[in-house]
Amino acid sequence: AVVSTQSTGNKIHLDVHTVRNTEDTRYPGTYTGYDDSWDFAKFRNNFKIRIIRREEREIEFDMIGIDTPIANAFRRILLAEVPTMAIEEVFLQNNTSVIQDEVLCHRLGLLPIMVDPRLFDMKGKGDKAEERNTLQFKLKMRCKRNKKAPTDTTNADELYCNSKLYTRNVEWEPLGSQKEWLKGGVKFSHDDILINVLRPGQELDMTMHAVKGIGSDHAKFSPVATATYRLLPEIQLLREFRGAAAEKLRSCFSPGVIEIEEGRAVVKDARLDSGSREVL
Amino acid sequence: AVVSTQSTGDDTCTTLVLHKEDHTLGNVLRHMLVKNPEVEFAGYSIPHPSEEKINLRIQTYETPCLSVMYRALDDTMEVCDHVLDEIDRAEEEWKRAQK
Repeated sequence: AVVSTQSTGNKIHLDVHTVRNTEDTRYPGTYTGYDDSWDFAKFRNNFKIRIIRREEREIEFDMIGIDTPIANAFRRILLAEVPTMAIEEVFLQNNTSVIQDEVLCHRLGLLPIMVDPRLFDMKGKGDKAEERNTLQFKLKMRCKRNKKAPTDTTNADELYCNSKLYTRNVEWEPLGSQKEWLKGGVKFSHDDILINVLRPGQELDMTMHAVKGIGSDHAKFSPVATATYRLLPEIQLLREFRGAAAEKLRSCFSPGVIEIEEGRAVVKDARLDSGSREVL
Repeated sequence: AVVSTQSTGDDTCTTLVLHKEDHTLGNVLRHMLVKNPEVEFAGYSIPHPSEEKINLRIQTYETPCLSVMYRALDDTMEVCDHVLDEIDRAEEEWKRAQK
């Protein structure tokens, strides 16, 4: 007789020295009387996404009712297979700065570019660089001594002109008709990323080509700084804690996890727990 | 990803070699296959970490194993489509809650 169609399975249990029940057992046949087979209708009814926190460059959300292989697949795809644009080829006309060519180009590749990669095509090996697969940038700066600087400063910003090169000094050069379909221009994610430092007489003159790529090819193409997931902890207090014991219990967890209400220790927000097993 | 089949006389068991794939797809397919009660055994392995290849072993009780594989792929696509819809809905809910 089938008791109910889906079992609740087992939960990962943290002991003092071990972690138990790490295998997912909710497969058909593990528990007699339960039918754990894949049922999309049930998944659709139970699945919910709840956004907890949303900032300009960061988001935290809960996925309730999804299995770990699929959640992990999303995480892996975010890191390695969502395409972005990044600088790939640098044509150096002149680099008399102290930074070596290859080190400078490596840094340029890591600069995040604020553009929608879906507007572009991937550039194949033999393809020409054209408006649909390439973005062109140019940086040409020469550092000069500042004749108007006060005589007793040692501050490089005052003594020299153009001594620090930031991403705001880089110019985007539209190719073909890019000006029409890339309205608003193309910039880097931050204006104040330091690219290079020059002294009088040193010059930097280069043209850069950015192409579309994915993180598994080179980490510079990864769109996320990081993407992680974890299972929401469940903390159960097996007995009542009062007074000094409650205080001690509270100090064993991360701040905010346990609060003292009416003299008793109560689990307030298990999400904030970092998984340290100090309480054990 | 090019897929090649190495199977014996009967069609209830096979080992598929999926090229240019890794745990991202392998673990998901394995999970959807094992969730299918017609599947006797399903597992995947990566023969060598330097080669981008996975071996996916499927053994069924009676149904042809390739049809079970197609079903696992369809189920995965269904899940992903629904997750996409759900993200849009959660985004709407978040925007409304902010007002």
